[in-house]
Amino acid sequence: MTRVLTVENLNIGFRSEGRELPVVHDVSFTLEAGKTLALVGESGSGKSVTSLGIMRLLPPPPQSRARGKIILHSDEDIDLLSISEARMRRLRGDRIAMIFQEPLTSLNPVYTIGDQIIEAIRSHRAISARKARERAVELIDQVGIPDAAARLTTYPHELSGGMRQRIMIAIALALEPEILIADEPTTALDVTVQAQIIDLLRRLQAETGMAMLFITHDFGVVADIADRTIVMYAGQMVEHGQTEAVLETPLMPYTSGLMRAVPELETAGLNQGELQSIEGFVPNPASLPNGCAFHPRCTHTLSGICDVPPVPFEDAGNGHLVRCKRWQSILENAE
Amino acid sequence: MTAAVEQRAASSTGSDWLKSRTVKRFIRHRLAITGVIMISLITFMCVVGPWLLPYNMLEIHIRDRFTPPLTGDYLFGTDEMGRDLAARLFMAGRISLMVGVAAMLLSTLIGTVIGLVAGYFGKVTGTLLMRLTDSFLCFPQVFLLLTLAAFLQPNAFMITLIIAATSWMEVARIVSAEIRSLRERDFVTAAKISGASHTWIMFRELLPNTVGPIIVAATLTVAKAILLEAYVSFLGYGIQPPLPSWGNMLNNAQQFLDTAPWLAIVPGVAITAAVTSFNFIGDGLRDALDARSDMP
Repeated sequence: MTRVLTVENLNIGFRSEGRELPVVHDVSFTLEAGKTLALVGESGSGKSVTSLGIMRLLPPPPQSRARGKIILHSDEDIDLLSISEARMRRLRGDRIAMIFQEPLTSLNPVYTIGDQIIEAIRSHRAISARKARERAVELIDQVGIPDAAARLTTYPHELSGGMRQRIMIAIALALEPEILIADEPTTALDVTVQAQIIDLLRRLQAETGMAMLFITHDFGVVADIADRTIVMYAGQMVEHGQTEAVLETPLMPYTSGLMRAVPELETAGLNQGELQSIEGFVPNPASLPNGCAFHPRCTHTLSGICDVPPVPFEDAGNGHLVRCKRWQSILENAE
Repeated sequence: MTAAVEQRAASSTGSDWLKSRTVKRFIRHRLAITGVIMISLITFMCVVGPWLLPYNMLEIHIRDRFTPPLTGDYLFGTDEMGRDLAARLFMAGRISLMVGVAAMLLSTLIGTVIGLVAGYFGKVTGTLLMRLTDSFLCFPQVFLLLTLAAFLQPNAFMITLIIAATSWMEVARIVSAEIRSLRERDFVTAAKISGASHTWIMFRELLPNTVGPIIVAATLTVAKAILLEAYVSFLGYGIQPPLPSWGNMLNNAQQFLDTAPWLAIVPGVAITAAVTSFNFIGDGLRDALDARSDMP
């Protein structure tokens, strides 16, 4: 497998009232060509900040500071955190593209769809307007919108949410990036459209061989699309492994808690089980609990163990990593 | 959504623009259409009028001094030197309208750039620029104008510069306020993600979204600029005789107010007509570009 991006010990802090609050701790992962990595977690777990950190779109220092390494593997390795803003700007959209949650407002209302796709192409490539236009038609066709040539002259408000997200995907893919970061791209869409967009992304990934970093809080989506999954909590990776392994045998109590909090049709309809929520809230980064960040909300907490640092990120076999001191005993009890 | 529709209509160059709701709303606005017709007439007369009249604006007919309007060949009568008032009025209109429009263009340009930069960057840059704008607004505009006019050589070009320099602040504030809300929109983030530079985002992504308010402000600025030019010229600091402007024609007229009132009435009506027309058009545009006025 060809690695396209390596993130090593990424730490991101935001400055607030004169001190730096760490919001992302020691996050490390790799993205491989043609594969999808999912980042899962509640709001405030640091998953979006991680993705914005990779794009270098966080507020400039001293308001925020990113440490560690984000290496884009191409002909040479480029550390995104150490290159100039001008060079980063050339990479954005060209090598690393991103789509995000709000397809309804992500397109500029005063330009036609065609203008916006053509502009995205021509801002990075010196090609003629006619060629760019042909490419735009091809892209619109590729994202599954019928009658592509006629769509060029439509304005964003004439399209539905799902259509607009398809256009955003077309813009993101215009320059055939190696990496696509998708930050909750289906959250604002209704369920049937969600499934279509996921299918579309999978198909496009198969066609182009790009790597995808897929950020979501929806385990259903994770099961559909991700090869590997990282669960994040309070800015830390708490579980990391092959998606099947994580979904079938979640080792971290937080992961299983999140999975139980997903409503399922059978349980809801037949009244077989109650939807379970995880009590409490994601801790404030200004006052993280000692030891395991999750222990105050965890049902398996043992005092004297869980509230004592350090909590190592252990390999539970087959590259399935977990940050929990009690995963073995919890697993044994379950069996 | 509807805002997007309007924005589209505002910038649309397609063949369907006559059908757009913005244009329909504008056409339904009676005062605005009256304004458009009046301005068209005034402009037409100022451009073509001097050629249609038998006399040049500087020709002196000493025997025909103070001829009342509609007498002989004199449409609006003559002044104290027997010059044809109609010819002078139309030539003055050329200058007054030109000063008004040029000052509008210049002040809109200055105001837009300052507002755009201030609104987009915010923080120190934005605060400095907007406090500068506020400090300009602190001076009563007429005094600022007169002070500048007293120091500088009064001619049409200078007057235009001075009026522009003292009337860009409103546009700057409008644009800055618009941009501050627009820059948080997702399409700006999307542009950043695709590698756009600040300049690109400001001029290509944000500016087209503020065209509506800028057009309205610009139209109202023309009216204001015409008034200011008249004001300064009336006080003798503006356009200098023998070159006529609506303002200095009034200045001339005041000593003959009781014997030849038409000398004041004719340019006075011209100023009033031009200024109210521009204001009507501005109001019409404001209503037409504001999607909310469609709601019952």
